[in-house]
Amino acid sequence: MLQITVNVNGTDFAREVEPRLLLIHFLRDHLGLTGSHWGCDTSNCGACVVWLDDLPVKSCTVLAAMADGRRVLTVEGLERDGVLDPIQQGFAECHGLQCGFCTPGMMLTARWLLDHNPDPSPEQIREALSGQVCRCTGYENIVRSVLWAAKHAEDHDQNQ
Amino acid sequence: MQVPAYVEYERATSVEHAIALLARFGPEARILAGGHSLIPMMKLRLAQPETLVDINGLTELCYIRVADSGDAAGSELQIGALTRHAQLLDSAVAGEHFAILQDAEKVIADPVVRNWGTIGGSLCQADPSEDLSAAFAALKASMVIRGPGGSRTVPAREFFTGPYETVVAPGELLTEIRIAIRPGCGSAYEKVLRRVGDWPVGAAAAAVWLSGETIAEAGIGLAAVGARNFAAAEAEAMLRGAPATEATLARAGEIAAEHCRPSSDQRGPADYKRHLARELTVRALRRALDRAR
Repeated sequence: MLQITVNVNGTDFAREVEPRLLLIHFLRDHLGLTGSHWGCDTSNCGACVVWLDDLPVKSCTVLAAMADGRRVLTVEGLERDGVLDPIQQGFAECHGLQCGFCTPGMMLTARWLLDHNPDPSPEQIREALSGQVCRCTGYENIVRSVLWAAKHAEDHDQNQ
Repeated sequence: MQVPAYVEYERATSVEHAIALLARFGPEARILAGGHSLIPMMKLRLAQPETLVDINGLTELCYIRVADSGDAAGSELQIGALTRHAQLLDSAVAGEHFAILQDAEKVIADPVVRNWGTIGGSLCQADPSEDLSAAFAALKASMVIRGPGGSRTVPAREFFTGPYETVVAPGELLTEIRIAIRPGCGSAYEKVLRRVGDWPVGAAAAAVWLSGETIAEAGIGLAAVGARNFAAAEAEAMLRGAPATEATLARAGEIAAEHCRPSSDQRGPADYKRHLARELTVRALRRALDRAR
């Protein structure tokens, strides 16, 4: 067994884990953070995307041990003091989800995109999300949701 | 549910430490870099290492720089083995000298996988369809391998010994990729894939060094079509000293297709892949020449 400490959404969690434990299972089963979804298990679908330090990664293909001493951001960490992140509001406003399974991963990658490119084109959004699969929306509303979040980023900042 | 089998885990704090750990845990120890090839292989029990040596903390292996190559050749591009795919894609200095690297990186896996997957890991995985292996073959790169006895440098075309096999011995670690920078160079990568993030059905890499309108030197790499050492050596030999014309490129494509050994699989039949080897070689050469001019 391995002693690890991972900072998840701003809080340090110290746990004893098996080296083979995947980060997605650490988050869901050990910390009870079931917002991150465990999907294809083959790093194709992107339902399990979380941030590791400052980058979105597919957490079914990262060991919990690799996150020791690092920061993880999950969908539970997107809202601030009860206020939804604009990307979450965007998905609500534009019907960016139907079943919701892909949504947490989509939102975390989209948040990263907007942090690095505050005014992306629809093509840039599609490229950024190209490693993530949605079987409901046909992606149109997901792209609209991200565009909505880009447009409303300023209102959000003023309200903070 | 797919999870890796039981495994021991060690974290390296320096290159020397990683090599000491490999020595201590023996041939069943494996380097864990991005893990985006190794962890899926472990889930499927295609890889069952006893010990993982995690090198993700070795920021000393994370760099892209131009440096003096230490001989008369001048300067070279040096890429640390732990450099992530996204870093190579975003590297202005890599793109300035070798546009092929950004062509290839744009179509390797997807943006999220590229964030964590590493250049060295992709090469050491030695998948016969791996894009950078063809790109580095075309660029005639060399690989620096560190072991308990010190460093050795191996040409890209001697790095792979077969599918999923390289010359990196147990106890050794790939640390750097080097590409000589010479004037008049243009390079490009062309890949046909079924969907975003997939391996190529076929792909061709081209690097040319022009002297006026004569091809002074050429490198052609091929991925996923059964080319020996990821290269089309016979086509390169024909190109050397040839005029940079469409007829020359067409002939190079024919020779490249003739000498590769594609096999039929779920990505396509062998004859289609051979067609791709020809057509993509021509397209990659054409774009490389445009960039060299």
